[in-house]
Amino acid sequence: MAEQTTTLQIRTPEGIRFSLLLAGPTSRLLALLVDFSCITVATTTISTVLRLFALISQDIFMALTILSGFVISIGYGIGCEWYWQGQTVGKRLLHLRVMDEQGLKLQFSQVVIRNLLRIVDSLPALYLVGGIASLTSRKCQRLGDLAAGTIVIRTPKVQLPDLEQLGTEKFNSLAAYPHLVARLRQKVSREEGAIALRALIRREELDPAARLELFRELAALFRSQVAFPGEAVDGVSDERYVRNVVELLFEQRGRQS
Amino acid sequence: MIIDLERFTATEKPFWDELERLLKRVENDPACRLGVEGAARFHYLYQRASAGLARLDGLAAPLEFRRYLESLVARAYGEIHSTRDNAHRLVPRTWLLESFPQTFRRHIRQFQLAVLITIVGAIFGAAILMVAPEEKGMLLPFDHLHGSPTERVAKEEQEAGKRLAGHKATFSSSLMTHNTQVSIACMATGMTWGVGTIILLFYNGVILGAVVLDYLAAGQGIFLAGWLLPHGVIEIPAILIAGQAGLVLATTLIGKGSGLTLVARMRKVWADLTTLIGGVGLMLVWAGIVEAFFSQYHEPVLPYSVKIAFGVVELCLLVLFLGRSGRGGKVAKRG
Repeated sequence: MAEQTTTLQIRTPEGIRFSLLLAGPTSRLLALLVDFSCITVATTTISTVLRLFALISQDIFMALTILSGFVISIGYGIGCEWYWQGQTVGKRLLHLRVMDEQGLKLQFSQVVIRNLLRIVDSLPALYLVGGIASLTSRKCQRLGDLAAGTIVIRTPKVQLPDLEQLGTEKFNSLAAYPHLVARLRQKVSREEGAIALRALIRREELDPAARLELFRELAALFRSQVAFPGEAVDGVSDERYVRNVVELLFEQRGRQS
Repeated sequence: MIIDLERFTATEKPFWDELERLLKRVENDPACRLGVEGAARFHYLYQRASAGLARLDGLAAPLEFRRYLESLVARAYGEIHSTRDNAHRLVPRTWLLESFPQTFRRHIRQFQLAVLITIVGAIFGAAILMVAPEEKGMLLPFDHLHGSPTERVAKEEQEAGKRLAGHKATFSSSLMTHNTQVSIACMATGMTWGVGTIILLFYNGVILGAVVLDYLAAGQGIFLAGWLLPHGVIEIPAILIAGQAGLVLATTLIGKGSGLTLVARMRKVWADLTTLIGGVGLMLVWAGIVEAFFSQYHEPVLPYSVKIAFGVVELCLLVLFLGRSGRGGKVAKRG
């Protein structure tokens, strides 16, 4: 079994690396269920509208119902994924998108092939083949994806973090000790700094108790790495202390001087 | 480690916002054209965002920053480096008269293999029926073929085509959808290294061979030709072309001696598979109409000679179309 990955790394011709978040089988299954519901609703609605033809001919009504049902079931995925560039209603709701596995946009033939090959993926019942394939393939691909060279990625809404959360305009009592600041920069690892920054940016999302606990741990970590004099830290809350440290870590030296 | 995120963001954010706006514009309108200046600006913004992402590389910037820039760069990368087919530019006439027959001829070996598998199946089906005629019910999945051919011919000639009166359109659409599903299955099961395609083609051949032998043995060869030829000369080749597509898929999957990766091999045949299955769909629509509205009428309503002649003319035209159409024209785009 190939080792599965949750991200796909792409290296552009310019030498830039970026990663795409691969969608797991569960979210894909949920999107599929939504799509099945859409197909059922569309087929039923069209069949109801076509019932008008029954006034003219029952034969024509039946023929049109059969044809429209077939066209919708085959064409829904193809039409949506082509028009919405890799998304169906289900995928839009679940924030998923089909993409070329090289990070490029989908070609029409890719969309057609991955959708027509659903017939194999759905064998013998309930998408068993497709499910097993996506659980065992490295990039979570069902057979249709393997043939069409596509992947399904997660596209969560990503917003630029709000740096005002850092509160860097406030007085920083630690800045008065440049030799300790220099040591702090030396001692704190990149990962620790990033975790602290992330905690500050997302602090409003945290539960009050969790927020207190998180900043208590972070402040304790930084205090253990460099000890600032009492007058610099007395009366400073853990969160304020972490904010001061992060400001010092992420500011350019030139700006401070 | 030292990066002034506030200053970095303040400087770059206007460019990221501009890129985001441009991306939304091109993503929401696939037909959108930016023009030379717009494209140059788009490329500049993409490069600037990429440079920003590179700056964050190896630095302790928070994950959200990276995710945000990655999402911008990924979207812009897809737009800039992709050459997307333009569905609006598909010319049906060129596709039908050039692309489809050219694609068919390009993979003629797989078609020949599909024909061979069907013939082997037909011989097998005929042989089984000869050896064990009592197995007819098992061999032929359609109820109307289980009885005696002579009785069926007499019954249908007596009914004079009234059997389907008031149901022809329904029958036609059922045939179209059923045959198209079989064809799609025939192509799609090529993904099982061709095993599924071979089984379907073989089974199709078994049914065909058993029916032909059954009617010939009963002395109903003329009826059989009059009944099968008008739609069969299109329907059977359509299934064979679907099998051809399945075998193209299987050959590509196996990729013996190509030296290319699976993805690279697949990229070469996507367009061909789509073209072949599209052509099959069209052929089956025609076959469905002919079967419901023409094939079901027998003598005395329609002389068998007319039906056979119709089928022969269709077959000649199909051979001419697949063998000659699009020769000398622009070679259809591949992959």
